[in-house]
Amino acid sequence: MNIELITFFIFSLLLVFTCLKVITSSNPVLSAVNLVFSFFLSAVLWLLLGAEFLSIILILVYVGAVMVLFLFVVMMLDINIAKKSAAYINYLPLGIGIFLAFNALVIFFFVNTFENIDYNAVKNIEIISTSNTENLGYLLFTKYLVEFEIAGLILLLGIISAIILTYKKNPKNKYQNPTSQISVSKKDRLKVITGLKE
Amino acid sequence: MEPIFYIIKTLLSILIVVVPLFLIVAYVTYSERKIIGFMQSRMGPMRVGPSGLLQPIADVLKLVSKEIIIPTNANKGIFLTAPILMLVPSLMVWSVIPLSEYFIISNINAGLLFILALTSLSVYGVILAGWASNSKYAFLGSMRSAAQIIAYEIAMGFALVGVLMLSGSLNLQNIIYAQSGNIFSWFWLPLFPLFLIYFIAGVAETNRAPFDVSEGESEIVAGFHVEYSGMAFAMFFLAEYMNLILISILCSIMFFGGWLSPFQGTIIDSYLSFIPGFFWLSLKTLMFIFVFLWLRATLPRYRYDQIMRLGWKVFLPITFFWLSIIGILIFLKYLPLS
Repeated sequence: MNIELITFFIFSLLLVFTCLKVITSSNPVLSAVNLVFSFFLSAVLWLLLGAEFLSIILILVYVGAVMVLFLFVVMMLDINIAKKSAAYINYLPLGIGIFLAFNALVIFFFVNTFENIDYNAVKNIEIISTSNTENLGYLLFTKYLVEFEIAGLILLLGIISAIILTYKKNPKNKYQNPTSQISVSKKDRLKVITGLKE
Repeated sequence: MEPIFYIIKTLLSILIVVVPLFLIVAYVTYSERKIIGFMQSRMGPMRVGPSGLLQPIADVLKLVSKEIIIPTNANKGIFLTAPILMLVPSLMVWSVIPLSEYFIISNINAGLLFILALTSLSVYGVILAGWASNSKYAFLGSMRSAAQIIAYEIAMGFALVGVLMLSGSLNLQNIIYAQSGNIFSWFWLPLFPLFLIYFIAGVAETNRAPFDVSEGESEIVAGFHVEYSGMAFAMFFLAEYMNLILISILCSIMFFGGWLSPFQGTIIDSYLSFIPGFFWLSLKTLMFIFVFLWLRATLPRYRYDQIMRLGWKVFLPITFFWLSIIGILIFLKYLPLS
């Protein structure tokens, strides 16, 4: 048994375990923490595949940024323990429906791909070095430049529209004006009183 | 037989890095107290050993022998995991740091990305510690610190993009090789604003003064680690100082030529070639560590909204601006295209 296989089994078993914890734990913060762990473990699996760039980006973006905000929001909520009750039963039919639909999709995809081999959207990649970080960067900035820029623009648009949708200026709010705070001088704050006697 | 040798060699090199690191952390705390003491006309620790030299060892013994108190209604599992989550990433980063031309535990291609990814993990320790303590002060501290770390991480990442543009590699050894020449071919000269931003953001990332609002003794007692005692507190303490050393060493690698000799390219260099690269690296790192301690002795704590303003409205635009300038300079061939 080689060491890669052992690592794979250890990490994938842990991954399945943490994923189960995400959906079974009653505390939403614990679910979020377990989701963090499962992202981390799947990053390790990607690393085993040799996709070092994608796995590090998974940690950097999802674990380092997205899940932090997620955890932030979940912690602020005032629901410590979700009610364990008949809620499971109520949602069961919907859950089974989603499960079946998802599986049907996956099976459909696999059957299709095995029937006709030419399923890959990415064709004729020019490989310029052994490191896949360099290959990916080269491809994104040459062959797929337009798509890459459009994706960036869409994300920027998303940020701006989210800010516009949620930002409401409250006239009662008081703001500090840092420029005027910085530009105070001795004259504004100190008053030297002279000519006092007795 | 081959893999066993490989594992033993890796374990040994990890030991070679980690054991001195813990000793260095102990003596950084000592030098912090001494240096700040001298800056404030005090003597600092003097009682334990000659001029207080054994003080860190006494501190360690005290922390180890103390009881770990777990507050009632605290989430015990997360409460005890948080210090580990804080310490482990800051130890893992050391595996890709080139300590000299020949010594690096694992020379991976995406070293810079690896460092960015792992340093972004340390925020979990802070957030979860604050939440699991079930204490208002701890929670306030962790909220402040999380917002601060997210804000400064972006500026920090963008500052490193400048290093990437000039070196053309994510590998830390190659970044150092790209700086070879003389003291003026190190990246601090073309990337001077980015270097300043990286260092200041690094201070903010490690929650050190003047950005220590997450601890803020006078406002929220001790912030996210109020409820911790004994070894659990010691782990936060270790992680903080480890991050301090890490930011210092990263500054010297990214902007000050790592283990390159400062006399490279001059006549003196041939006489000084017997000095190992590790010496120069540690000299540069100690310089930055001194600046960290100096800042703590000198500057008052930032107000919270000023921290946010500095991160988002000052640092981020400056990095964007300077990156475009670097791009133009490379395009006009004033700077080498790697």
